[in-house]
Amino acid sequence: MNILTLLDMAVSGFGDRTAFGSVGSGLTYTELLERSARAGHYFTEAGTDRVSFLDVSSPALPVALFGAAYAGQPFVPLNYRLADGDLAALAERTAPASLVAGTDQVARVASTAGLQVIERDEFLSATESGDALDPSAWSMDPDDIAVLLYTSGTTGEPKAAVLRHKNLVGYILGSVEFMGAGEDEATLVSVPPYHIAGLAAILSSVYAGRRVVQLPNFDADTWIDLVASEGVTHAMVVPTMLARIVEQMTARSIELPSLRALSYGGGRMPLPVIDQALRLFPETRFVNAYGLTETSSTISLLGPDDHRQAHVSDDPSIQRRLTSVGQPLPTLEVSIRDDEGAEVPSGTPGEVWVRGEQVAGEYLQQGSKLTAEGWFPTNDGGELDAHGYLYVTGRLDDVIVRGGENISPGEIEDVLLAHPEVRDVAVIGIPNDQWGETIAAVVVGSATEDELKAFVAERLRSSRSPDTVVYRDELPYNDTGKLLRRVLRAELAES
Amino acid sequence: MELRPGLKLSSAVCSTEVIVVAGSGDIDLTCGGVAMLMPGAEAGAADAVDGLTEGTMLGKRYCDDDGTVEVLATKPGDGSIGIGQTALSLKEAKPLPASD
Repeated sequence: MNILTLLDMAVSGFGDRTAFGSVGSGLTYTELLERSARAGHYFTEAGTDRVSFLDVSSPALPVALFGAAYAGQPFVPLNYRLADGDLAALAERTAPASLVAGTDQVARVASTAGLQVIERDEFLSATESGDALDPSAWSMDPDDIAVLLYTSGTTGEPKAAVLRHKNLVGYILGSVEFMGAGEDEATLVSVPPYHIAGLAAILSSVYAGRRVVQLPNFDADTWIDLVASEGVTHAMVVPTMLARIVEQMTARSIELPSLRALSYGGGRMPLPVIDQALRLFPETRFVNAYGLTETSSTISLLGPDDHRQAHVSDDPSIQRRLTSVGQPLPTLEVSIRDDEGAEVPSGTPGEVWVRGEQVAGEYLQQGSKLTAEGWFPTNDGGELDAHGYLYVTGRLDDVIVRGGENISPGEIEDVLLAHPEVRDVAVIGIPNDQWGETIAAVVVGSATEDELKAFVAERLRSSRSPDTVVYRDELPYNDTGKLLRRVLRAELAES
Repeated sequence: MELRPGLKLSSAVCSTEVIVVAGSGDIDLTCGGVAMLMPGAEAGAADAVDGLTEGTMLGKRYCDDDGTVEVLATKPGDGSIGIGQTALSLKEAKPLPASD
């Protein structure tokens, strides 16, 4: 098993289709496989252990990813937005490695011991012609490591998640129909290469035969313009991106009729944003996908029909589904467990556990985190309802314990976001001698503290009402849309 | 032959190639009723058995009744994949919407 099998099949099935870029000028599947064989030769000659990548999305990304698989070296994308010190630490952990770097990134890693740095355009030129590894000469050992992905580290030091070929291929075979895309389909990828969704999008699109259009640095206007100019039919965005797209589309009063499917994930979607998006794209099929790096991307999804039904329903139990991540993929199992690891009944909150071929649940150095029965405890809080819909409440580390009561920040955030004068909000716990922790709401908006406390108390128990409300002009997010709660905690602890 | 996930096998009677997705141990995987070839094995002259020529389709998966053996066709051909003289069934999966 090797991710190259997916590309090899694409070549057999529809090798002349454009895989990456614009029709006519982009890379076809056949060209991508040929370049990967040359990249594999290049990495093999370099004699390194890994192939690293420090750049925005470009055609060099799939060539390096598949080239690494050809050479039998793990692919290790790095976050180019990291501060110099953090990047240097990760680069050192990644060596000895070949590293494909963006033109503006070369100098940042050039002096790192054990790295053989090649600039992106030079790398692409080197794969245009010349020596290549033999066709089909890649390892088929399913346990080989395909990708090492540093987790975003919103709660601490980044860990290197291990994704083996069997995990990634298992995910694709279980969730994507081979050649399931029509020749006119194109997907717009705007998540960066170091995000699991960015890599999964490459593999899914190659197997489905869907052309990939890459957006190196997201901004809403460019996204909108690319959808229109490239006839984009599919796209995946994180919630912060969708919020900006919705704002810009409203401001420009523009329509994007080519967009048939829009999926989102990677963080909590505010209800007002998805509500507005469903109105702006009346014909588009929406998908909410929930997954983790450690699970090779999506493990649960809320599909298009569920979105539209929930949007028009008067039944609160159906409406509520817009805040769920839908139902687990049929190829895996999801179970909600209590603190002792025992399964809880539907409707009871607990920890989300998942088991299946795509679930890696493993980190470099630390090893496998799977239980003896193969379950991966995700550290996400959640519950399954009676109909099998999964509601994820957030990281268990973020749960606030106030006077012995466990309080999920997401529940309070959802209520506060429904207030018309709240644009964004984060709820966090503040250490407190009397209560253990108290509830602080960090609000972007103009509603007064008293209004907000009363607003929550009316809709949830009074113990859920924030003890403190502080105001900010904006909240700190990382570039893939994850709220940085630890930054807020540190700020509030200081004040 | 000893099957294991990831093993690549080719047909002795046609252009079919498969990868084992599930199934381990001594299993007589056939194409057109004739044992499939391990990597590097030479194909002798062989013809498909009558009735086992429904063909394999690129990108389709074939499995036995209880799902313990499953293969993915990575090259199409004229023979049917089977265990011994019993053909495997085409595995139908409901397509999921694109999520990434």
